[in-house]
Amino acid sequence: MSTPVSAPPGPSAPQGPAAVAEAEAERVSTGRRVVDRLIRARELGLVVVLLAIVGITGAIEPNFFDLDSIKETVLNVAIIAVMTAGMTLVIVTRNIDLSVGSILGLTAFLCGDLLTKHPGMPWIVAVLVAVAIGAACGLLNGVLVTWGRVPALVVTLGTMYALRGVAFLVTDGRQINAEDLPDSFLNVGSGTLLGIPTLIVVAVVVILLFWFVTRDYAWGRQLYAIGSSGRSGGQAAKLAGLKSDRRVTQAFVISGALAGLGGAMFAARYGTVDATAGDGYELRVIGAAVVGGVAIAGGSGSVLGAAIGAVLLGTIQTALIVLKIDDFWQQAIVGLLIIVAIALDRLIANQSEALLRQRSARRRTSA
Amino acid sequence: MSAVATTPLVALDGASRSFGAVHALRGASLALRAGEVRALMGENGAGKSTLVKILTGVDRPNSGTVLVDGEPVVFHSTADSRDAGVAVILQEPTLFPDLSVAENVVMGRHPRRSFGRIDRPAMKKSVQDLLDRLGVDLDPDRPVQGLSIADQQIVEIAKAMSFDARVLIMDEPTAALSGREVERLFGVVRALQARGAAVLFISHRLEEVYEIATVVTVMRDGEVVHDGPLSELPEDELVRRMVGRDVNQLFPKTEAEIGDVVLDVRGLSREGVFYDVDLQVKAGEIVALAGLVGAGRSEVVQAIFGVDQATEGSVSMNGTDLPLGKPTAAVAAGMALVPEDRRQQGLVMDMSIGQNATLARLGEMRSRGLLSPKRERAEASQWGERLQLKYGRLSDPVGTLSGGNQQKVVLAKWLSTKPRLLIIDEPTRGIDVGTKAEVHRIINDLASEGLAVLMVSSELPEVLGMADRVLVVFEGRVTAELSRAEADEERVVRAATGRAPVTEEIA
Ligand SMILES: Nc1ncnc2c1ncn2[C@@H]1O[C@H](COP(=O)(O)OP(=O)(O)OP(=O)(O)O)[C@@H](O)[C@H]1O
Ligand SMILES: [Mg+2]
Repeated sequence: MSTPVSAPPGPSAPQGPAAVAEAEAERVSTGRRVVDRLIRARELGLVVVLLAIVGITGAIEPNFFDLDSIKETVLNVAIIAVMTAGMTLVIVTRNIDLSVGSILGLTAFLCGDLLTKHPGMPWIVAVLVAVAIGAACGLLNGVLVTWGRVPALVVTLGTMYALRGVAFLVTDGRQINAEDLPDSFLNVGSGTLLGIPTLIVVAVVVILLFWFVTRDYAWGRQLYAIGSSGRSGGQAAKLAGLKSDRRVTQAFVISGALAGLGGAMFAARYGTVDATAGDGYELRVIGAAVVGGVAIAGGSGSVLGAAIGAVLLGTIQTALIVLKIDDFWQQAIVGLLIIVAIALDRLIANQSEALLRQRSARRRTSA
Repeated sequence: MSAVATTPLVALDGASRSFGAVHALRGASLALRAGEVRALMGENGAGKSTLVKILTGVDRPNSGTVLVDGEPVVFHSTADSRDAGVAVILQEPTLFPDLSVAENVVMGRHPRRSFGRIDRPAMKKSVQDLLDRLGVDLDPDRPVQGLSIADQQIVEIAKAMSFDARVLIMDEPTAALSGREVERLFGVVRALQARGAAVLFISHRLEEVYEIATVVTVMRDGEVVHDGPLSELPEDELVRRMVGRDVNQLFPKTEAEIGDVVLDVRGLSREGVFYDVDLQVKAGEIVALAGLVGAGRSEVVQAIFGVDQATEGSVSMNGTDLPLGKPTAAVAAGMALVPEDRRQQGLVMDMSIGQNATLARLGEMRSRGLLSPKRERAEASQWGERLQLKYGRLSDPVGTLSGGNQQKVVLAKWLSTKPRLLIIDEPTRGIDVGTKAEVHRIINDLASEGLAVLMVSSELPEVLGMADRVLVVFEGRVTAELSRAEADEERVVRAATGRAPVTEEIA
C-alpha cells in the first residue's frame, strides 16, 4: 500500500532495500508490540518479584517450603483472588467497592447458619444462597451509584458499615463452629479435586472465566470503555450508545456475588465464623488489584494481573510470618508495596505514552 | 428556502435551543437530501455545532423536530441516530484513551464470532481498510492515548465511515488536517455522495467548502439566514451573509524590522520522531513550520519548549543554552507555547472564561497580594472584544463556549503574556473567517513590536500569507527552507510530501 518515497528512509534505519523492508515490517506492529511488551513486563515483573520472595524466604527459613505452609498460603489467597476478580471489574469502570469484606462476613455466617440448621441440605444450595445474597448487596451498591448518582466511594463506604451492622444483628453474638457444619461442606474447604485443593480450583475457574469475559467479549470491553471515558466525563461512552449505568450495576452485582462466593469459601475453609469475618478484606482485595496493575482511575488492568497481585500479597504475608517479622512491619511492607506498584504504574504509563507518541510521528502516509 | 420534490433523508424543522440567556438556535430548519453535500457556514458561536448535536441526538431542542424520511423522530443518543443511518463526526474528538484505535472505531458494534466472542482479526482488518482508504498510516492496535488532535480526528472519521451511513454529518473534520488528508477525506465523501448519501459539512476554510459542497446553509446568531445552491453565492457574498459585514480576508502582512536571533535550535533530535532540526527565529520574524499531519511539527515545537524531551541537540534563547526538557526554564527565558490541543493542554474547562484568559498572568492580576476579579474581568473583556469573543458572561465555564471561541480564549491567554518568543501550534484552528484576519493582525503587530514567532500551521494560505520564512517538515526532517519570496503552494506541498522539485502534478 505504500509507494516508495524518494526521501531518505527512516533516519535511524540502516540503508538498503532489505533494511527498508524490515523497517516497514517492524513499523506495522511496533505500536502494539511496545504496549504488549510493557504490559507483559508488568505481569512478568510481578512473577519475578514473587519468585524472588519465595526464594529468599525459603533460603532463610527452609520450612517455608513446607507443604502445609504452602497450602495455607494458597488457600488464603484463593478467597482473596476470587473477590479480586469482581473488584477488578468494578475498578475498571472507574468505581470502587468497599463493601466486599462486609458482604463476605454476612454471607459466610448465613451460609454456615443455613447448613447448621438444616444439616440434610446439599451444601451447594447454601453456597448458591450466599452468592445470591452477595449479588443482592451488589445490586444495591450498583443502583445507588448509577441511579442515585452518588460516588461509589461514598455508597460502598456506607454499605460496608451497614452490612457489617446487619451481620452483627443476624449473628446476635453467636458463632458458627466447625463441629456444627456437615462434613461434606468442610471437605470442600480442605479437600482436593484431582489432587488440587478444591478452593484453588474454584478460584482458578473464576479468574479464567472473568479474564476471558473481559478480554474476548463486547460486554467486558465496554467496561473498559466506560472507565476510560469516565475520566473525561463519560461523553465518549454516551456517544457510543453504551448503557453505562447498566454495565456499572452489573459489575457491582458480580463483585457482590463473588464476595458472597468468598463468604461460602470462608465458611468451608475455616468452619468458624462470627460477625467479624472478613474484616478488612476490602483493602486487601483492592491492594491486590492495584499491585496487579489495575489502574484505580479506570480503563485498564486485567483480571489475570489482579490475581497475580493477590498471590503476591498473600505470599509476602506468609513469608513475613515465617520469617517472624513483627506485625507492624508486615503492614508497613504491604503498604510500601502498594505505593511502589502505583509509582511503577505511573512510570509505565508515562513511558508507554512517550513511546506511542514516537511511533505516531514515525509513520508514513501511503499514497 | 428552495422547495425540492424529493423528501430529505434527514431534516430539522424550526428547532430552537437556549442555554440560559444564550439563544444558540432560533427556529433553524435544514434539509439533507440524497446526493447533496451541504455546507453549514457561520461565525464562531453561530449555532452550527448546536444544530449538529440536535440533529444527531446528542442534545435535544427546546422546540422543533427532527425528521427522518419525513417522519418526526426523537433521537436520545447518537446510538439512535446511528440506527437511522446517520453518522456524525463531532467538533471535539471524544475517544476512549485506554482502548486501541480499532476498538474505538467499533465500540458498541464489535464484530462477533463463535460463542459471541469478539472477532479481533475481522475488527482489525476492517479498521485497517478504513485507515488505508483515508490514506493514513495508523496502527489499529495502538491505544488512542498519545495521538495528536489530527490523528484523533482521523479516528473519528474512520468511526463515522465504519458503517453504511445514508447521512454523514461532519463538524469541522478538517480543522487540524493538512491538504493531503483533506483530499483523502473528500474522496471518500464524493464516493458516498455518488452512492446517494447526504452529507453535511462544516468548515471555516472557504476553499474547502467551495471544493466539496453543492448547497449551503448560512447561519447567524442561531438563525438560518440563507439556504441555496453554493454556485450562486460568490465567496465575498457568502462571507457577508455570515458576518453581516464586509471582511477583508487578506492577511495584513506588515514588514517588521528583523532583529537579532532570539531562538537558535541546532541538531535537535528525538529518537524515532524527528531528526537534526536546525532553526532560527529572529526578533520580529514569523517562521512557519509546514507539513503533513504526523510529520512531526508539533513534536518539534514541544521539544523546543521542553514539554517533550529531545534526545540530542541544543536550544538556546538570546544566546544562552536552555536545559532540554524543562518548560519552566523555557518560560523563564521568555518562551510561550500555545498548544495544539486546547481541551487537554490549553484550557481548564471548569474554570471561567475570565480566569482562563488571565491564567498565564496571575502575577499581574493581583492587587495587594490577592487576586483581583475586577482586574481579571477588565483584562479578559478587553481581549474578548479584540477577538470578537461570543459569550454570555465572563464568569461562565469556558467549556460552554463554542469550539472557535474556546480557541480565542487560548489565544488571549498566551498573546497577552508578551513573551520574547511565541510558539503557536495551529493558531486559527476552528476560528471563523471574520476573526482569522484579526488573529493574524495581532500576531503581526506583536512581531513588529519585536516578538519572535514560530508557528505550526496546516493551513497553507495562512502559512504563505503570514510567514517570513517557511520550514517544511517531512517525516521528521526539515526538507525545505523557503523565504517569503520563494514560498508558494507548489513548493511547500512538494517538500511536504517528500518529492523532489520536478514537474509532477499533485492533488
Ligand atoms: N452547553 C452550553 N452551555 C451554555 N452555552 C452553550 C452551550 N453550548 C453552546 N452554547 C452557546 O451556544 C452558542 C452556539 O454555540 P455552537 O457551539 O453551536 O457554535 P458554532 O457555530 O459551532 O461555533 P464554532 O464555529 O466556534 O464551532 C454559543 O454562544 C455557545 O456559547
Ligand atoms: Mg462548533
